[in-house]
Amino acid sequence: MTFSDVLLILPGHPAISVIFWVIILAVSLYLARSPAHGAILSLSKVLHHGFRIAAHSTRLAEQKLTQRNREVLLAAGREASERIVEREFDRVDATVRRDLAGYPALQRQLSEQILSIDEDYKQSTEVPPAPPGWLKAVESVAKIPSSGDPMVANILGDIHQSLVKAQNSAIDEYRKSSHERHMLLKRMMPHWRKLLQVLGQVDKSVNSLIERSKTIDRHMDEYEQITKGSDRAVRMLSSSSITQFFISAFVLAIAIGGAVINFHLIARPMSEMVGGTSMIMGFKTANIAALVIILVEIAMGLFLMESLRITRLFPVIGALDDKIRVRMVYITFAMLFCLAGIEAGLAYMREILSQSDAALVAYLMENKQANAAAPQSRWITTAAQMAMGFILPFALTFVAIPLESFVHSLRTVLGLIGVGLLRAVEFVLRLLGNVSRYAGIMFVQIYDLLIFAPLWIERQVKGRAESEPEKGTSEKKKPERGGQEVGTAAVGGQS
Amino acid sequence: MKALKFLALTATLLAVSITGGCDKADTVAPTRGVYMLIDTSGTYTNELKKAQTIINFVLAKLNPGDSFAVASINTGSFTEKDIIDKVTFDDRPSMANAQKRQFRETVDKFVKTVKPSAYTDVTGGILQAIEYLNEKDPGHKTILIFSDLKQELKKGYVRDIPLQLNGFDVVALNVTKLHSDNVDPREYMNRLETWRKRVESGGGSWRVVNDLERLDNILGPS
Repeated sequence: MTFSDVLLILPGHPAISVIFWVIILAVSLYLARSPAHGAILSLSKVLHHGFRIAAHSTRLAEQKLTQRNREVLLAAGREASERIVEREFDRVDATVRRDLAGYPALQRQLSEQILSIDEDYKQSTEVPPAPPGWLKAVESVAKIPSSGDPMVANILGDIHQSLVKAQNSAIDEYRKSSHERHMLLKRMMPHWRKLLQVLGQVDKSVNSLIERSKTIDRHMDEYEQITKGSDRAVRMLSSSSITQFFISAFVLAIAIGGAVINFHLIARPMSEMVGGTSMIMGFKTANIAALVIILVEIAMGLFLMESLRITRLFPVIGALDDKIRVRMVYITFAMLFCLAGIEAGLAYMREILSQSDAALVAYLMENKQANAAAPQSRWITTAAQMAMGFILPFALTFVAIPLESFVHSLRTVLGLIGVGLLRAVEFVLRLLGNVSRYAGIMFVQIYDLLIFAPLWIERQVKGRAESEPEKGTSEKKKPERGGQEVGTAAVGGQS
Repeated sequence: MKALKFLALTATLLAVSITGGCDKADTVAPTRGVYMLIDTSGTYTNELKKAQTIINFVLAKLNPGDSFAVASINTGSFTEKDIIDKVTFDDRPSMANAQKRQFRETVDKFVKTVKPSAYTDVTGGILQAIEYLNEKDPGHKTILIFSDLKQELKKGYVRDIPLQLNGFDVVALNVTKLHSDNVDPREYMNRLETWRKRVESGGGSWRVVNDLERLDNILGPS
């Protein structure tokens, strides 16, 4: 006896059997209606609350992450502002040390200049001898008549000559004195110029300090905003961080390109040093050796930048004693220089190998001894390769700067992505909660739809039973609709 | 693509340094072993110029660490004496280039002084090639047979031996048609079919390359 035989209540009449089963099912469902409704609604309620709780937890996590992002952003911004203000103060300090430290000397210089000018001025004011008043006396003596007496005439002539002499001498003295005064005044000119120059320098220094103080004021304003934790500061820092992220990522991509070129420049000649057949983890040892050289160069570059205090990736290096730090600068630079030299040598070796390969192929393929005559311009590519091999390590040194920006901005960007993801998860959970809630109501309605026949009968029976007492008591009472009532109550209960 | 390779290499290097597995991970790059048999019987010696071209091509294609041997097929070829020259190229590219030049000179000398042999022992040559390549144990083994594949054995020589060619790539080059093949082409086809069956039943793969202008893929993947 098969399962279908069991289902076949009246053998040979499958349609009647089906109708019979439908009736049995409908009656069963009708009888189980209340607990079934309860179960469906409870399940939807459980799911709804579960999803709501999960969404709430996600929202809390998102809020915490947002708060944490804010704190991190503000802390980073505060640190950056402190760094900028510190550098500005360093520059002010340097200016003060350079310019104003020499202020006593400058003052002395100014005093000396003023003293010299004063002395010269005093000397130039000394009264020169009176202008010659001899002219009239000479003329008067010249006009005295000699009365024909030759003796008197001789005496008058002598007096006249003496007077002319004395007059000439007085005029010379006057001229000499005036010349000296002019010379003194002329000597004052460079002192005046020097004075002007010194005052110009002082003005420049003071103006520079004023400019710096304005910059410091601006940064201090920003710093205040950050310490207050204002939304404006957070927005500003967030935007700045994302910009930094993309810029640094772009520069890092360029640096990776440079490193790839560098790698190809030295990978092949490396096989001359470490052999071309040994492998490590499926990669040629020569390639790994070339990569190690490049990575060591980048590491040296990082240390150099750190020692120069251009970057602050390793606080330990930044906190080193200045003397040790300077030594570290020299050591890392020397190592970089050596590595650059090695790379230049390898680039040269690469060129030699290329030439050797070309000569061999020519020898084998052309079936004659190839002289491998290099064209005259071959040295240009050799020199270019060597120069690239030498310069690229130093160029890679500057990777440290975008790397630092990338690392710092990455935290903010990851935080923002995390917040975005949590918001999306929260939305999905809320959506699922609501879907499960209304799905429960929908299943209740579908359940009632499946047993519409018993429900209709129930309504009819109830309606008839209620209409009879109505006739007796003449009370007007609206017939209840059983199936609808339960469904509505269920919906009402949920909503 | 190059950048991706570079990044993969960087990641590998980091993995190696983290696991500290340098010693365990040390391996040798997959090398190639090529053994070329040159038929020197009868009129086939006239084809040796073509064989030289193929040898030069193979030399140009092989890398440091690869092995290459050239041997002649004559009356009895299952002997090391028939090996004209053999070499395993040095790790360093410059040394490998020097070895290639030396190899070519040896082959040139052989071609100038070779004398035709009366018989053709192809099977003996293949057995010798199998022995040589198994001893070298390269990553990829190739036997090049530069011959018309017409085997003529001296009385008393036993060559009805199954060939163990698992992992071998056998390439027949310049399989010329003999006068009798022209009379009855089935002879030529049967000859090729016999060799194909012999090689494939031994576990090897079989190819015929008669167009010597297209030698690019005779060595298979590098």
